[in-house]
Amino acid sequence: MKHTRYLLVAALLVALLLAFLALNICIGSVNVPLSDCLAILTGRDRDSTFADIVLRLRLPRALAALLLGGALALAGYLLQTFFHNPIAGPFILGISSGAKLVVALVMVFSLGIGSYLTSFGMIAAAFVGAMLSMGFVLLMAHLVDRMSILVVSGVMIGYICSALTDFVVVFADEADYVNLHNWSKGSFSGISWGNVAVMAVVVLASLWAVFLLSKPISAFQMGEAYARSVGVNLPLFRAALGVLSSILAACVTAFAGPVSFVGIAVPHLVRQLLRSAKPLVLIPACFLGGGVFCLFCDLLARMLFAPVELSISTVTAVFGAPVVIWILIRRRQGRD
Amino acid sequence: MKHPSYETRDLTVGYDHTPLIRDICLSLERGEILALIGPNGAGKTTILKSITRQLAPLGGSVWLDGKDLSAVSGGALAKTMAVVLTERVRGELMTCEDVVATGRYPYTGRFGLLSEADRRKVREAMELVHIDALADRDFAQISDGQRQRVLLARALAQEPELLVLDEPTSYLDVRYKMEFLSVVQRLARERGLSVVMSLHEVELAQRIADRVACVKGDRLERFGTPEEIFVPGYLASLYDLTEGSFDPCTGTLELEAPPGEPRVFVLCGAGTGAQLLRRLQRRGVPFAAGILWENDLDYPVARALGAEVVSVKPFTAIETTDLQRAKALIDRCDRFVSTLPEGEMTGWAAPLRELVRFAGEAGKNSDGL
Repeated sequence: MKHTRYLLVAALLVALLLAFLALNICIGSVNVPLSDCLAILTGRDRDSTFADIVLRLRLPRALAALLLGGALALAGYLLQTFFHNPIAGPFILGISSGAKLVVALVMVFSLGIGSYLTSFGMIAAAFVGAMLSMGFVLLMAHLVDRMSILVVSGVMIGYICSALTDFVVVFADEADYVNLHNWSKGSFSGISWGNVAVMAVVVLASLWAVFLLSKPISAFQMGEAYARSVGVNLPLFRAALGVLSSILAACVTAFAGPVSFVGIAVPHLVRQLLRSAKPLVLIPACFLGGGVFCLFCDLLARMLFAPVELSISTVTAVFGAPVVIWILIRRRQGRD
Repeated sequence: MKHPSYETRDLTVGYDHTPLIRDICLSLERGEILALIGPNGAGKTTILKSITRQLAPLGGSVWLDGKDLSAVSGGALAKTMAVVLTERVRGELMTCEDVVATGRYPYTGRFGLLSEADRRKVREAMELVHIDALADRDFAQISDGQRQRVLLARALAQEPELLVLDEPTSYLDVRYKMEFLSVVQRLARERGLSVVMSLHEVELAQRIADRVACVKGDRLERFGTPEEIFVPGYLASLYDLTEGSFDPCTGTLELEAPPGEPRVFVLCGAGTGAQLLRRLQRRGVPFAAGILWENDLDYPVARALGAEVVSVKPFTAIETTDLQRAKALIDRCDRFVSTLPEGEMTGWAAPLRELVRFAGEAGKNSDGL
């Protein structure tokens, strides 16, 4: 009975993923018919204008949305596990913004001396920023034991980092300004195949690492003392959760800037769909769900007011924020 | 030399390198139940945390079946020792069976997948504590008593030799308390499971424990069999009981006696008076009671609550001097009540009729209160 549900949800997510992938590749300022798309993807057509659009622009962008969406949802899932709280996420705790700030600083600095950052360099910078924010959040968690205060302080650190980033971006060279500005608002545009390759390596390796953690996660969600009693090495486990969620959030921020609410909304929706708390099924489902969610949101971001593009966070917030409110209301009801 | 199944040797426990309780020596045979009792904040939980390795001991060692537990890995330890702690378990979107299945943690592989044998163990554990009917129920939706038993089943699914329970009966109502402890007792007897638990309810500790450890402040004050621990007066000193009393013989608690000169004399016995005596205490009326044999059911209550009690040794006749003392007390009181039917005042109790007559003549006899 349970397994049928898992299979149905898996089938649904994969179907949605393929559908949105196709839509993202076909639809745009120039619509490419599906049959042409298939021809391009199977290598039968390499030289038309369509092929250029699909292979150079849309396919890498769609794959980036898929991978980074999955990474965000996973990062959110890990942070929710870490803090035992369903509204923890990389954006709300200020981790994305911390990553953004350090990336902006490093980018502006390296542009100033006339060199470009490599993809890994960007991720490294973002990781440093994410870990700094994470450190601050952990410090706060140590000082106060109320989750609400923790979240508020995360939001505040997010605002501070964003303000500083805007400051840095404004003082960047005019030529770089547009790119930096778009990036700092969050966008999947301008992703190259090289970027996709790097993010695929980082995200898929992290996904595998998270998957390997599914057993200790299942013990950890039964309580920390209990996890220790069955032999989980808590300091090591916590460090693994913190580092992995930071790498995932950093990878997203490095390539797409801050993307809001995916980390909270997707794990919650997936949990409700599966009616399960088993990490072994939730982890892959979160990844797929995040991919679907971001493909969907990126499609809207591109198409809704074309040719003007919305920032990805604008769209994810519209769909993600209500989910957060829904969680809060449900929690309140659960307590009464 | 034969070692006890479970033993702590000069264990020192505390937080942040500050010793709280030193030189704890406890021992337990297979199939025995050890209860930790003591006032709130006396360190019961600290000791439990240390012996379950939630907290690093500051000195000494813990031994299970001749093995020093500090040398055992966390995973191996989880196969010999299971815990039920006070930590709140959310268990959202988990069925009771899912929760119990997490107890198989030390036995499953890399991804924690359950084998057929694991599932059988989970079923067995649930049957042992009679929660098989709850298997598919949502863990977040069941009652506290059921939840506690699900957590016990989870601990059993770990197939431990030692079970550690931290205040397992708190928040449970009387029925669930009794159910829970009966299950624990049966497991100890039938499965040879050793149990260490902290208990708030001393009267339950007295009934279930084979060994009792009394923790107070900075030391393990006493450790022994219930017979050694539950001696008159000791519990009052362990808990600094100044208001009220605990009767080690019956295990009952009574509140403090109303202060002042006795105003009512209660003639009672054979358990007929206990309720009335407690009612007088609740109304704050000081009273005297008698004449009671010291092995009478009403005697411990009268002793705890009465201003004065006229009593005689078990299995001896009432002497004239006893009657005189009772009469003197009746004189001092405003009223006289008897809960004993006159028809039952025969044999050794026959002299009691004289008290009824005496009170009647003095005009103090009243039928009830």
